[in-house]
Amino acid sequence: MKLELIGITKRFGSLVANDAIDLVVEPGQVHSLLGENGAGKSTLMNVLYGLYDPTEGEILVDDKPVTFKGPGDAMAAGIGMVHQHFMLVPVFTVAENVALGNEAVKAGGMLDLQKTRTRIRQISDQYGFDVDPDAVVEDLPVGVQQRVEIIKALVRDAEVLILDEPTAVLTPKETDELLGIMGQLKADGKSIVFISHKLREVKAVSDVITVIRRGKVVGTADPGASTTELASLMVGRSVSLTLDKQPATPGEVTFRVQDLTVQAANGQRVVDGLSFDVAKGEILAIAGVQGNGQTELTEAIMGLQDHVTGSITLGGQELLGRSVKDVIRAGVGFVPEDRSVDGLVGTFSVAENLVLNRYDDAPFARGLSMSPAVIEKNAEEKIAEYDIRTQSATAAAGTLSGGNQQKVVMAREFSRPLELFIASQPTRGVDVGSIEFLHRRIIAERDGGTPVIIVSTELDEVLELADRIAVLYRGRLMGIVPGAASRDVLGLMMAGMSGDEALAQVHDVQGGNL
Amino acid sequence: MSTATTEAPARGTRDAGVRSWKTPIILAVVALFSLLVFAIGAPANDVTFRLSDDRDAIVLPAIVVSAPVIGWITALGMIALTVVAFLRTRSGRKIPTGVPAVFAVLFLIAFLTWVVGSARTPNVALYGLLAGSVALAVPLIFGSLSGILCERSGVVNIAIEGQLLFGAFAAAVAASLSGSPYVGLVAAAVAGVLVSLVLAVFSIRYVVNQVIVGVVLNVLVSGLTGFLFSAVLSEDPERWNSPPNLPVIQIPLLSEIPVIGPILFEQTIVGYLMYVAVAVIYVALFRSRWGLRTRAVGEHPKAADTLGVNVNRMRFTNVLLAGVVAGIGGSFFTLVAVSGFGRDMTAGAGYIALAAMIFGRWNPIGAFFAALLFGFATNLSNVLSLLGTPVPDQFLRMLPYVVTVFAVAGLVGRSRAPGASGIPYIKG
Repeated sequence: MKLELIGITKRFGSLVANDAIDLVVEPGQVHSLLGENGAGKSTLMNVLYGLYDPTEGEILVDDKPVTFKGPGDAMAAGIGMVHQHFMLVPVFTVAENVALGNEAVKAGGMLDLQKTRTRIRQISDQYGFDVDPDAVVEDLPVGVQQRVEIIKALVRDAEVLILDEPTAVLTPKETDELLGIMGQLKADGKSIVFISHKLREVKAVSDVITVIRRGKVVGTADPGASTTELASLMVGRSVSLTLDKQPATPGEVTFRVQDLTVQAANGQRVVDGLSFDVAKGEILAIAGVQGNGQTELTEAIMGLQDHVTGSITLGGQELLGRSVKDVIRAGVGFVPEDRSVDGLVGTFSVAENLVLNRYDDAPFARGLSMSPAVIEKNAEEKIAEYDIRTQSATAAAGTLSGGNQQKVVMAREFSRPLELFIASQPTRGVDVGSIEFLHRRIIAERDGGTPVIIVSTELDEVLELADRIAVLYRGRLMGIVPGAASRDVLGLMMAGMSGDEALAQVHDVQGGNL
Repeated sequence: MSTATTEAPARGTRDAGVRSWKTPIILAVVALFSLLVFAIGAPANDVTFRLSDDRDAIVLPAIVVSAPVIGWITALGMIALTVVAFLRTRSGRKIPTGVPAVFAVLFLIAFLTWVVGSARTPNVALYGLLAGSVALAVPLIFGSLSGILCERSGVVNIAIEGQLLFGAFAAAVAASLSGSPYVGLVAAAVAGVLVSLVLAVFSIRYVVNQVIVGVVLNVLVSGLTGFLFSAVLSEDPERWNSPPNLPVIQIPLLSEIPVIGPILFEQTIVGYLMYVAVAVIYVALFRSRWGLRTRAVGEHPKAADTLGVNVNRMRFTNVLLAGVVAGIGGSFFTLVAVSGFGRDMTAGAGYIALAAMIFGRWNPIGAFFAALLFGFATNLSNVLSLLGTPVPDQFLRMLPYVVTVFAVAGLVGRSRAPGASGIPYIKG
């Protein structure tokens, strides 16, 4: 099936999310859409999938114009979509999820799930998915949930599959498997639209790459192009993908975590016996696939978790059991992973958000009253220093873009002397330009002699910042390796192999090749 | 990599570190109370439970038991179950669901024996107690089914009380004017739908907070029917407020079965409809296409939308359907229980129905039994006050509400509401 988008424009009020985009997807082709967060990739795909009406433009399927009033129409035309956030009902079984909207029924509208199960097994066997139709979706690992999404599209005879940032939630191994599945689908004559901002994956699977920037197609690229070329095309200026970073000069070890265990309400050990330490002037990156205990670890350090045992000391002082306020007073700066929920108060102004952790201290407060003038002056300074793009200091923080919100949080945490800095996903959803800036700022903090912990699920970021890398898997420490460790080693560790084993295995393979 | 299996991330090793001692402690307190009051404090006389009326075709002998014997047996049973719960919790295993269930049954037997035994006449008709419970539970069951239909599709229905009350009012007026209770029944359903329509339009179309719309509707219906009652119905009760009752339809032979015969086979059409509604809604919800879509829009509307299910239309029709169900339940008050409408006569039944829905874990059969329990508690307090018990009447009347609080607080295990219940769906 050939799919063509001609002059698609989508406006939300005054915002132009897509500006006259042309795109042709040939049958049996993997067509990648490359662009930064917020470039308009997802909007374009939602238009294609019938979730948004295009303001202007036309969609052609096999050279015939079509209009999609809803996802039902798009599916009927042979378009299937795997959303970035899975569209699966967690309490339903796989079969129920696959059947929904496309139910096989017996007399009286009663479900015939047996038919659906048979179809699932058929597809599952054909592509080696290994999916049990009767498993409840919320109990399945993310990688398997993604396959359920693909099955959903295939059951509906999709000829074009849209995969929206499919690798964001996967381990390196799961990613490889997905790329393999994409190859099989392509061999079966399906077309795939692959949306991503990860250059390496895009280069690995694409037949054609279309680059989108600020809602416009800025060009197409050959998969053979170098990552630097692709990145420059994506960002619109030349970017240095590697940061020039001086080697760390670690000083005294001031932060120690010993036998830290965090239990969830149901008794699961989400963090299981962790011990590590961080020295002044070094960055320890915590790598791992999302949901392997990173959130609980950082929250335990901040005093935000219950059922924590072990010991956390900063400069000889025990932090465990202290209130969050005490931890902050002890000099711990914290950037939570979900800034819009935990990092700032969206309805408060930028100026207020910049003093959220110090609003009751001098000079921002005097006695019972706050000092608006001082708070505003502080805001002006930070806005200038961090290049925060906001209409004014009094604008609500929630109206800022993701990258600028992150700058507000960072600016606040860096605005007092720190004994320890922790950042979770410091650059998630942040544009490439700001990433560079935020990374430099973090390294500057390290060079100023603060111990730094970075939690990131993006290997690129980990490799860029880390002086040492700790890998978490199911709440356990797989090992701590030097910052210059290879991707292969980290990938194996993220899948549950200890550091030594991973090193040995990678070494063997390379040795064999030589 | 030949096999494509991946292991679940973030499933740490499970162990017994975080144990919940809630259940064993509650069981221990109740068991101790039972030991002191029902066993040690048992009245020294026999208690008679009658199983059938003398006029019945099949007459079963009455059960006569000794109050202290039953008190001790049940108390020891409860203590044994408590020990089991403690041991299970200490070793970090789950308490089998049977333990609290059996415990509750034992407690009920102990309480019943003790309270009847302490009465001036320690003699009670068990069949009457049960039949009366069902009668009191009928509107509650309809109400909770209405709640289930709404919440399963993602709309919180606080307006059950208003639907019941308006149904009761419409049934009384329509049946009085037409002279036929069946016309009243239809009018009740229409009245329920009217209340639902307002709820649906405001909460789905205009995205107003669903709880607030529900509460406002209850107040509105109460005020409206109260006004019409004093301004119209009381002026000429002959014409406006003397509905004929629905006839009791006896199914031959089956209704002669002792104890359960009158409960199952000697009902008005509303009673039979109740059983039918529970069964139909249960099967439809979990086995039909409509049910799958209903549950999907209540759990994850966006997922349903991306698969071509019209979320808000689905919700709208479900809320209207819920109005039919609750309206029919309301007719029970004026066409079966008594003949005639009275101001605010539903007296909070809609809220108890809401509790029954939660207690029954948003499942029609669960809600059915939960409502029966509430009906039983209410009926027990009625019967006991006639028998003359040592427990003050007022305390017995609190019983259903105490049961409700404990039930909703999750004594019976965690109940999980539909994921998107109460959250309006806005596209895009």
